[in-house]
Amino acid sequence: MTLAQRGRWVTLVGLILLAGVYVRALAFTPTEATQGLAQKIYYIHVPAAVWAEMSMIFIGLASVFFLFLKDPRLDRFAEASAQVGVIFALVVLTTGPIWGKPIWGTWWTWDARLTLTLLLFFIYLGYLVLRGAITDPGLRARYAAVIGICGLVLVPFIHFSVLMFRTLHPQPIVLKPSAPSLPGVMLVTLLFSFGVFTILYIGFVMQTYAIAVANETQVDG
Amino acid sequence: MIARKDLVLEFRTRTAFLSAAVFTALVLTVFNFGRDPTAVPTLDLAPSILWVTFTFAAMLAFNRAFQLELENDALDALLVSPISRSSLYLAKFVANCVFVGVVECVGLPLFVLFFDVPVWGVLAPLAGVIALATVGFVAVGTLFSAMVIRTRFAELMLPVLLLPFLIPPLVGAVQVTAALLAGRPLSEVTGWLRLLAAYDIVFLALAAVLFPTTVNE
Repeated sequence: MTLAQRGRWVTLVGLILLAGVYVRALAFTPTEATQGLAQKIYYIHVPAAVWAEMSMIFIGLASVFFLFLKDPRLDRFAEASAQVGVIFALVVLTTGPIWGKPIWGTWWTWDARLTLTLLLFFIYLGYLVLRGAITDPGLRARYAAVIGICGLVLVPFIHFSVLMFRTLHPQPIVLKPSAPSLPGVMLVTLLFSFGVFTILYIGFVMQTYAIAVANETQVDG
Repeated sequence: MIARKDLVLEFRTRTAFLSAAVFTALVLTVFNFGRDPTAVPTLDLAPSILWVTFTFAAMLAFNRAFQLELENDALDALLVSPISRSSLYLAKFVANCVFVGVVECVGLPLFVLFFDVPVWGVLAPLAGVIALATVGFVAVGTLFSAMVIRTRFAELMLPVLLLPFLIPPLVGAVQVTAALLAGRPLSEVTGWLRLLAAYDIVFLALAAVLFPTTVNE
């Protein structure tokens, strides 16, 4: 089985399980008291946000190692991760406003986390646009690695600078120093969804990676 | 030495300086029409106007920095000469800093004139924060401009890549400038000053390390 086919199977499993997340979130998880049904989007929004940021971290790490090892596989992985990351960032930027309108009363606000995700989205776009503008593979890989590393270093700076503004966004309730304050049933749904998004990330990356390989052999042959 | 060569060249031709200065003046003029002076007090808007203008002026400067070297393969000549890649970066960085600095020296008085901003009491700290933010802008801008000149659509590519990276220093500079112009003490904005300084140090070091990979064949 080729990588693309395996990637397709992993993605298929992820999508079926995603349907499972919906079923569990809508039918078997209690509705949040104050926010009502709108809170259900949390189970999609948060895992997508986590993976949107993780993709950037992976790109940065792959870029650092690429500059040392010069292994084209690392470059292809970074490219695949960027393509998946930009989609997840888009999911976050779409589900956020859908939740924000009924809860905050506005589609968009220049809140810390929103700004961070938007800029992350722009960094991904810049990264991919740069890749598209260079034809020489070696040059493309090196330049992309430089942007990838800079992007990784930039994220904490954006984080600090936007956090110094006041934030409207709900504070983290799972990954925080004290014990998670999310009720058990909801936490299980969230973790389930997080697992599904991990599978989806792997499946998508496998497929985009296979596309990158196919493109290269096409150019060579 | 390369920094000096670049600057001498710029001063001799003067075209780049002149056009960048005129551009700055024009952006400031355009801003005057893009606001309603009766509805929004100038002071509320002034820091944003100043920094958006400087950001765009700096962008113009970066586009030019390596263009010159590319035109008659001068960059290759520089690369075969026995100068370390990192000092080449630093030379370019210094030249860009001076270039952007000169443009800002033209822009600031015009800004004060056009928008009637009370800067006299805070001129020294204001110059300090401009310098701090400019170093950050130029550190990243010089690195990126070395890359984009070898891509297609270089003039468009640079802003697309660079603007997200300029957001942290831009936010910090606007906050500090606003505090200064409103007569608030600097102690209110030490967090932002620290952020600006950290950004300068981290990105200058990172760019000096990464620059060799952008020019090596």
